[in-house]
Amino acid sequence: MPDEITKSDEERAGAAMPDFDEARLSFSWDDAATLVDGWPDGALNIGYEAVDRHVEQGHGDAVALHWIGKDDTRRQLTYADMAVLSSRFANVLKKHGLEPGDSLFALMGRVPELYAAAIGTLKAGMVFTPLFSAFGPEPIRTRMEIGNATVLLTTAALYKRKIAAWRDQISSLKLVLIAGNEAPDDCVALGPALDAASPEFETVHTRPEDRALIHFTSGTTGKPKGAVHVHQAVVYHAYSGRNALELTPGTIYWCTADPGWVTGTSYGIIAPLVNRVTMIVDEAEFDLDRWYETVQREKVEVWYSAPTAIRMMMRAGDAAAEPYVFSSLKFLASVGEPLNPEAVIWSHRVFGGPFHDNWWQTETGGIMIANTSAMDIRPGSMGKPLPGIEAGIVERENGSVRECESGEIGELALRPGWPSMMRTYLHEQARYDKCFVDDWYLSGDLAMKDKDGYYWFVGRADDLIKSSGHLIGPFEVESALIEHDAIAEAGVIGVPDETAGEIVKAYVVLNPGFEASEQLEREVRGHARKKLGPAVAPREIVFRKTLPKTRSGKIMRRLLKARELGLPEGDISTLETDET
Amino acid sequence: MSPNDIRTAFLEELVKVAPDIEPDTVGDDDHIQEDLELDSMDVLNLVTALHVRFGVDIPERDYPQIATPALAVTYLAKAG
Repeated sequence: MPDEITKSDEERAGAAMPDFDEARLSFSWDDAATLVDGWPDGALNIGYEAVDRHVEQGHGDAVALHWIGKDDTRRQLTYADMAVLSSRFANVLKKHGLEPGDSLFALMGRVPELYAAAIGTLKAGMVFTPLFSAFGPEPIRTRMEIGNATVLLTTAALYKRKIAAWRDQISSLKLVLIAGNEAPDDCVALGPALDAASPEFETVHTRPEDRALIHFTSGTTGKPKGAVHVHQAVVYHAYSGRNALELTPGTIYWCTADPGWVTGTSYGIIAPLVNRVTMIVDEAEFDLDRWYETVQREKVEVWYSAPTAIRMMMRAGDAAAEPYVFSSLKFLASVGEPLNPEAVIWSHRVFGGPFHDNWWQTETGGIMIANTSAMDIRPGSMGKPLPGIEAGIVERENGSVRECESGEIGELALRPGWPSMMRTYLHEQARYDKCFVDDWYLSGDLAMKDKDGYYWFVGRADDLIKSSGHLIGPFEVESALIEHDAIAEAGVIGVPDETAGEIVKAYVVLNPGFEASEQLEREVRGHARKKLGPAVAPREIVFRKTLPKTRSGKIMRRLLKARELGLPEGDISTLETDET
Repeated sequence: MSPNDIRTAFLEELVKVAPDIEPDTVGDDDHIQEDLELDSMDVLNLVTALHVRFGVDIPERDYPQIATPALAVTYLAKAG
């Protein structure tokens, strides 16, 4: 396998950032900020930067969104259409007495109204929180409680299946909007409400440090954390979209991530619109031929996807890709978990250019480390920190940190201060503070830096599970499992999987009166899927008489994992009860 | 195998992968992802299970042909 994929002079010259090293030296945040406009009074609003300013500057006819429905229906929204639809949405919110600072949760598939709602919410000065529509009722409810949801935007089917039963228990909730023309009695149908609303709305002059987005991410212990992002983040969305993803005005861009996750919002809504690209949005889930056809027919130029999907394409083989023409593709990128070198090489051969891996987190709000278009890439590496970002590999030592040498494995850390960095975890300042030591933000990911400055992902420093690019907190899964009558205790870990990276596996102990059986395994797994949804629920459950625990009664997931993988058990001095 | 036997076997494998599904409530035209909420990893696991059960290799591009019980019965009958 080649150690490096080198770029030609022509490829470098065509990149948004042709000379990476030079760009690092000459970087300034003031220059980056020229990608957005702001207002003379110092106000800044992501919704305005993403849509309305383009219309004011004469680009209203440019296509913002080219939508492909599950049944192949098409809809196109120009920037002017998006400005009107998002203004109508903002007026609907205003009419219902909602105010800047209120919190809107969106739980729906990829339909044009979702995109307009995100922009409309921001224009109204409210805080937008996307949820993944395949979540089960439990993760949805927990997040709405933590986030003090005032508005929920969803569909009739999702509402009935996942929300209606407990809606009244969310005391902060004032309004439920249902996409389409009909809604249950205690909800408002969005279609007629939008039609009745004025297309004119004066965007709220939010301050750069006003809250704009809350993205939930899983914790090892305790509840999910709501990472708070502010309007100032748009500077980084614009800058990183341009330089890490080659998003220039008019580019045809397909981000396959769902807006229910941070990638689908930062780079599936905001960064592309701020850079005035044409977004392709496919409502359907992954389907090999459909994807290849979409790239070919829509002449996709920039394609941002994830390792799980790329590995599925790779598994289908070269022959499956043979009938299609991919010559429109200019830049391919991947995020969510490390992209294995084989997949980088394979994509280079089949698509004429490799997927460029990059690294970031919900907390960072934007791409921190990347293989950029002009950069020679080392398959398997996440690339180098973007200009403006200072990264390091560190080791925690007695309350402070030590910087590691190149080649040494440590925790990936970043110097705080970039615009899209989270500002706090909602209601959990202490948990936020714990992320920072010696003026470093500690990411919780283990990595190493080679002598040439390329970063390589090694694993998580904690018990979090990375499955299909999504971070899953074991605690949330364990809590759902023990709600089943048969389950006394549960320990949840990630086990390696060649497609998903990791899959969720649960070790459970039964209550007296229950017998382990295939039937019970299925019943418990079914229970977990109903509560959590398929992306979060365990794919495998095994029964144990006891679980390995510390003296304080904490289940040692680390030990379960070491045993699962056949690795050394490490320090087991705190082990009180062992697994049987 | 009769189409009915194939249908029963298909549903058995389906609920092994996704035990939240009540087999009696599954309609012949229910889409496994849209209606029954399988995710892409579930689909891969279903394909593996069908391979073991029917001895049929289902290449990625044929996945749409097992997307509903009705489609799957036709496909598996032809392949087997």
